[in-house]
Amino acid sequence: MDTITIDQIIDKHHCEASSLIQILLDIQSENHWLPKEALERVSEKLAVPMSQIQHITTFYKSFSLVPRGRHEVHVCMGTACHVRGAQRVLDSVTEQIGIGPGETDVDLKYSLETVNCIGCCALGPVMVVDGEYHGNITPAQVAETFKNYE
Amino acid sequence: MSELKLQIDGKEVTARSGATILEAAQSIGISIPTLCHHEKLEAHGGCRICSVEVDARGRTSVVAACLYPVEADLVVRTRTKKLERIRKSLVEMMMAHAPDSEQLLALAEEYGADRERFEKDASFCIHCGLCVRYCAEIKKKNAVGFIDRGPRKEICFIPEIAAKECWECKECFPLCPTSALQAAFVLIKSLSFPDTLEPGPKG
Repeated sequence: MDTITIDQIIDKHHCEASSLIQILLDIQSENHWLPKEALERVSEKLAVPMSQIQHITTFYKSFSLVPRGRHEVHVCMGTACHVRGAQRVLDSVTEQIGIGPGETDVDLKYSLETVNCIGCCALGPVMVVDGEYHGNITPAQVAETFKNYE
Repeated sequence: MSELKLQIDGKEVTARSGATILEAAQSIGISIPTLCHHEKLEAHGGCRICSVEVDARGRTSVVAACLYPVEADLVVRTRTKKLERIRKSLVEMMMAHAPDSEQLLALAEEYGADRERFEKDASFCIHCGLCVRYCAEIKKKNAVGFIDRGPRKEICFIPEIAAKECWECKECFPLCPTSALQAAFVLIKSLSFPDTLEPGPKG
């Protein structure tokens, strides 16, 4: 991620320290993760110490300090999804994209996470790819779904 | 600043408005145990060992003395059965992290805390934040900060700043009520800047 893009994001928020989280979220959604150079730039421009940025970025789960794939895959493991076979869906996803929960593949194509409930239990088991919900999914349909992502 | 009167452990105290219960109590020689308090730093309210009972607005509540500002006619009790139970539990929980801390051992003795009550999870840090706040507020270097949250929360040095600033300073070391801080520093040093030599007498 280049410095110009980071500076644009910072300027969009008027370079205010109070917008720190918003700036970090924007960088995260642009770049999928927060590289150290980006954080150093933010720290410098907003005059917020690195220790505080480190505290915030490790506090919230939505920030990632390690590289993430272009597509975020979430498999719900909540109670309703669990009893409807979420584990089998997860196994199938792992087999398809070759990574386990919390991992990112070498091509930076996918990152896989398990979540504990995404609030649409009636659709269980649910898989979310880049914010798109795939409800009532069966292990057999998983392969089909991943064909649509580049 | 205006002055107001309150009662601590049955004694009348005059305190300036804006002072905390802890300051008012110290001014008449009543000691309240503290772990995360430091007179040069902003109150943190992290350890809760300074919890006291106050009667205010018709109800009794337990508050942190280091944060609670004095009010007129406040009635404060610093030693009751309930508070001793609370402090005992707090010490026991902190001892799961730092079983050999001298300050905690002294408090355990005083409140009859059982060192072995909780399973040991020796991270040695009790999250008092003294090092983090001292570095930020007094030294303004921000070489050390908290990372993560909940049970995984811990202190962490910023290697780039620590390599430059910490050898000369180390003023936070004696503040630490456990030995967690020094351990964290030695760890970050060996991981990030092992070649930095300590300036010794030989030069």
